[in-house]
Amino acid sequence: MTTDPDSKRPTPDPVTGPRPVPPATPGALAPAEVVVSENAPPSAIRVFLASRGSGKLADQSFAVIMLLCACSIFAIVIFIAAILTMRSKLSLAQFGLKFFMRSAWDPVNGDFGALSFIYGTLATSFLALLIAVPLALGVAVFLTELCPRALRAPISFLTEFLAAIPSVVYGLWAVFVLVPLMRDTLGPFLYKVLGWTGFFEGPNFGVGLLTASIILAIMILPIISSLTRDIMTAVPNAQREAVLALGATRWEMIRVGVLRNSRIGIVGAVMLGLGRALGETMAVTMVIGNHPDISKSLFAPGYTLASVIANEFSEATGDLYLSALIEIGLALFLVTIVVNTIARLLVWAVTRNAPARVA
Amino acid sequence: MRPPINFNTRRMRFDQMRRRSTNTLIAALSILATILVIAPLLAILGYLIYKGASSLNFAFFTQIPKPVGEDGGGMANSIVGSGVVLALASLMGIPVGIAAGVYLAEFGRGKFFATAVRFTADVLNGVPSIVMGIAIYSLIVMQQKHFSAFAGGVALAIMMVPTITRTTEEMLATVPHAIREAALGLGVPKWRTAISVSLRTASPGIITGCMLAFARVAGETAPLLFTAFGNQFWSLKLNEPIAALPLQIYVYATGPYDEWHRLAWAGSLVLIVMIMVSVTLVRIFANRGALKGGS
Repeated sequence: MTTDPDSKRPTPDPVTGPRPVPPATPGALAPAEVVVSENAPPSAIRVFLASRGSGKLADQSFAVIMLLCACSIFAIVIFIAAILTMRSKLSLAQFGLKFFMRSAWDPVNGDFGALSFIYGTLATSFLALLIAVPLALGVAVFLTELCPRALRAPISFLTEFLAAIPSVVYGLWAVFVLVPLMRDTLGPFLYKVLGWTGFFEGPNFGVGLLTASIILAIMILPIISSLTRDIMTAVPNAQREAVLALGATRWEMIRVGVLRNSRIGIVGAVMLGLGRALGETMAVTMVIGNHPDISKSLFAPGYTLASVIANEFSEATGDLYLSALIEIGLALFLVTIVVNTIARLLVWAVTRNAPARVA
Repeated sequence: MRPPINFNTRRMRFDQMRRRSTNTLIAALSILATILVIAPLLAILGYLIYKGASSLNFAFFTQIPKPVGEDGGGMANSIVGSGVVLALASLMGIPVGIAAGVYLAEFGRGKFFATAVRFTADVLNGVPSIVMGIAIYSLIVMQQKHFSAFAGGVALAIMMVPTITRTTEEMLATVPHAIREAALGLGVPKWRTAISVSLRTASPGIITGCMLAFARVAGETAPLLFTAFGNQFWSLKLNEPIAALPLQIYVYATGPYDEWHRLAWAGSLVLIVMIMVSVTLVRIFANRGALKGGS
């Protein structure tokens, strides 16, 4: 399958067969260039091709251009890391690694620390995963194992369509629908039922960590569920049949035959969702309340790494302020790179040998 | 000889009941999960159509934003501005993405370098868009000392490249080797084979990939915040701040005026319809372009 096409050049037997070349010329089996110089009536296409020259230069320059474009992907990653490091030098020098352990954020006095943003990012992302993962698994199980065939295509189209809605539209919907809902209905309900845990305390304005987590969960659901579905489809049917043949119910078959086999891939899919959640900007910025606080209550307003950049970058006055924000960006970049790398490795480990799915 | 197992003990019956009910419970839960996932989507779409359609009018497509306090006005400049930025991004991102995909599929099969590129593209795909925004800000806007449509285009182009590269590669991998060999056997040079045979055969799938990438960046706001910046007036100059639909929606949605909110809904509907049209076209292309045979 992976034969180098070059090696096929000198042996074009199957191609020469149907061509109107006199059978008496054994040279027909040799490379085209040679044939043209030796035989009396060369076919039109050979004359044409011969007149184009060997094309070695064109071939090589084409390969080099393609290679350069492939290298540009490395270049982009290196360039982002380099320029962000360069521009955040000021803040790196001033605060060092302590930057990520201090919660002070005082632009007026030039005192910066990213701890409260890290807290906000982690809290919203993990809460979003907590909501999204069971639902995504449910959808994937339903779509691969239980769903009638006729429903499969429309439902998977709908869930994938969720992924195509722009972040700012989610934000708009969250601001005008989810926030009032949270303020008037869901929030008081949670306070009444779970208020004793201490996670649902204080004034509830509708905006805050919980609202941001819910909208994040809605946004990362399609990614996790469609990847999980792919991974579960990759489990060979013989596995399912074997477990069913032992007398298992359908759920036991799914648990033993499907979920256990695809657990590594599912972890990878969840981590990809986590990567998306960590860096999600617009929708979160619109509903999280944008206040650098570390509060146990999920009703409290918060701030994430991405939303502090979105919110304050264009009005950042002073070099230190700007470089602190860029350092936050650098941290976000590095964290998402690490999370995505781990996730991709896990997904690859599972789906590598599965038949390729044409998108 | 051991006596045959009695399957009809109370314990066995209980066990079977437990297993059956777990099975039913899980099935019900997964159906419930699916409904819970579909519900917000329908809620978002329904609300968007209801709010957006009632706010859309002719002026929306022909006028530029009115000053604060005045009713009416539209987003004509944002729609055109989005078009300009996206065209710029496509112009830069699509050729590079396709070329990188061609490298991976035609030249790099089985090489370690190609695997590394492929992996980096996947990872780059997951880098938050706001990081792209500040990287381009640091590179272009800080140098030029002003926001520009060009910077916005570059930021979006960078986001398009990895997606296009990966789909191009996947589509080229489905082109049967026999077709390439036939062309090479005729003496067609390799570059010509790649362009006229491999790319041509895979073109429906590659177009799909490009449109998916396009649809993805069309709704991006974060990378444009500090690059294209937005503009309340008509501007088509690449060297100046330019309006963009997602940016304008963001500004209007977070603003305090009802009139702004109305325009934000209308803008969102227009944006979604634009994206939906391209996704649907993608579906049509993908179905028509399904390759028979495979490698």
